[in-house]
Amino acid sequence: MSAHEHISAAIRAANTRGEPALIAYLTAGFPSRERFQEHLRQVASGADVVEIGVPFSDPMADGVTIQRSSRQALAQGVSLGWILSELEALAPRPETPLLLMSYLNPLLAFGPERLAQCAERAGVAGFIVPDLPFDEGEALRPALSSRGLALVQMVTPVTRPERLGQICAASQGFVYAVTMTGTTGKNVAVPPEVTGYLDSVRALSPVPVCAGFGIRGHEQLERLRDHVDGVVIGSALVEVLERGEDPAKWLHALRQG
Amino acid sequence: MTLSSITEPTDALADLVAGRLPDARGRFGPFGGRYVPETLIPALERLEDGVRQHLRSPSFQQELAAELKSWVGRPTALTFAGRLSERWGARIWLKREDLAHTGAHKINNAIGQALLAKRLGAGRIVAETGAGQHGVASAAACARLGLPCTVYMGSIDMRRQAPNVDRMRLLGATVVAVSTGDATLRAAIDEALRDWVADPLGTYYLLGSAVGPHPYPYLVRELQAVIGREARAQFLEKAGALPDAVIACVGGGSNSIGMFHAFVPEREVEIIGVEAGGRGEALGDNAATVSYGRPGVLHGTYSLLLQDADGQVQETHSVSAGLDYSGVGPEHAFLAHVGRVRYESAGDEEALAAVRALCEAEGILPALESAHAIAGAKRWAASHPGGTIIVCLSGRGDKDMPTLQQTLLKGEK
Repeated sequence: MSAHEHISAAIRAANTRGEPALIAYLTAGFPSRERFQEHLRQVASGADVVEIGVPFSDPMADGVTIQRSSRQALAQGVSLGWILSELEALAPRPETPLLLMSYLNPLLAFGPERLAQCAERAGVAGFIVPDLPFDEGEALRPALSSRGLALVQMVTPVTRPERLGQICAASQGFVYAVTMTGTTGKNVAVPPEVTGYLDSVRALSPVPVCAGFGIRGHEQLERLRDHVDGVVIGSALVEVLERGEDPAKWLHALRQG
Repeated sequence: MTLSSITEPTDALADLVAGRLPDARGRFGPFGGRYVPETLIPALERLEDGVRQHLRSPSFQQELAAELKSWVGRPTALTFAGRLSERWGARIWLKREDLAHTGAHKINNAIGQALLAKRLGAGRIVAETGAGQHGVASAAACARLGLPCTVYMGSIDMRRQAPNVDRMRLLGATVVAVSTGDATLRAAIDEALRDWVADPLGTYYLLGSAVGPHPYPYLVRELQAVIGREARAQFLEKAGALPDAVIACVGGGSNSIGMFHAFVPEREVEIIGVEAGGRGEALGDNAATVSYGRPGVLHGTYSLLLQDADGQVQETHSVSAGLDYSGVGPEHAFLAHVGRVRYESAGDEEALAAVRALCEAEGILPALESAHAIAGAKRWAASHPGGTIIVCLSGRGDKDMPTLQQTLLKGEK
């Protein structure tokens, strides 16, 4: 099984248990660089897929929480190179598939070929790159796909139908369905047009569909569960770590309500 | 995404001269493109369609020309700087964008895009501003056309360009202070983009420089190209020949691309862009992106960028808020790459000295941004005695009084 198939399989396994998969996000090295491995393990134990944020100086798709965590991680000297070496040093490695969420520029600076090689060695299964839309994908896709690494594509409520089809066909691991226009972290209601949009993405996508941006609680999870294969929990979990609470316990409570 | 996609620089330049750049994917050679969150793609596609449909249409051009003439006050003068020429040894001409309505070239773009936004049915306008000139121009253009306007501005810039903040408010704009990131132009663009992402189809993002995702670098160039077109015709009429050189300051690069565009095909005309050299060559001490930057992606475009080895965008320094930006327009990266434009930098002290020189010799207070071009002209004059040069005087310096009080006027009573 290639790395990107691992991601889809982990999501499907949760679905087989009768639950939407939880894709849990943490910013690498936040709130503490020293405790990154520990926090990663805790998050991994409560999630089906882990999304590790590579901090960037200009996170234009992110709201205040992830802006803050990124800034603090950078101030502590967290870099892509550091993250990859921390992951490589993880023993034993969590079974949960690991994704890196990064803006494009740090990946370009690292070099796409070297990135794919180091990511594979570090046990990374794929990438989410919020400022790399489908059309510009060749900046990374060839290097990643040669090693079976996923490039997860995003779709949004304003994506045109024909483009939606193309993106779903190209996405690997899962399709990241952004629930709203706007940046990450704001609490969103889940009105019928959102569930309708998610249903239409799901009808088109050969890979699982996971909803993200603004999902914070069990109630939203319940509203979404029949319309998605998984949900991405980002800013809310970053705030849990920031408050010093146990992320695994919090994720468990999110599932159970 | 590699430089090898340009085979031969001269061929690539021929493409530009023939009007084939940016290409269908919004690229100038390897530079440009559209690196934005998926949410913004429909808005950019709609803008691109709108540009295609309206920008060159006779009715839009007529409407724009009327506004440029009767509201902006174009054409702006081309002034011979007699006393400065005598002192510095070359024949120096000033393209007087400082005389345009609101005091800088920014109004050319702002009124053009606001007219376009109106045609596209936008309900509100957002804009970013560094020195405040684009913010003032946007606020004025929106007032003129009856559109609500929100301007994002770094909190550091709000302090050093305080007069412009009040002007924007008087003109009816909402000014939002941005204290995240570097609290200057880069953070203001980040925040304007976040606003736009929240309502990509109802809001029009009126970007003020020749940067950002396609089609902005093209759109801004087309709207600013009036500067060079007028200057070329005015100079030909007065001197009967083309100038030996043209020179302009480069931050994001809108006044300069507007000045250069008409002269790029004229191979005998030397073209010089002057970046902000700040207080030195080290990363963080200047905003000279072409001189010291490396290729990368910021604010939706692949261009040159002041960044560290990890690809983190670096803070910049310049005495001039309008040049204080870590990126540069993709067309400038291209013009540098093919060798058509020479980019150099002038430091804070040189720019301040140029402010004083122009005040004393010609009775003109230039913006600190434009003073970098004046400083470049002084250098050029020293090595080209008797030569002819047009300087793009992109704006007036009234807005810089707080900075000038702390620098040139310090200790003078």
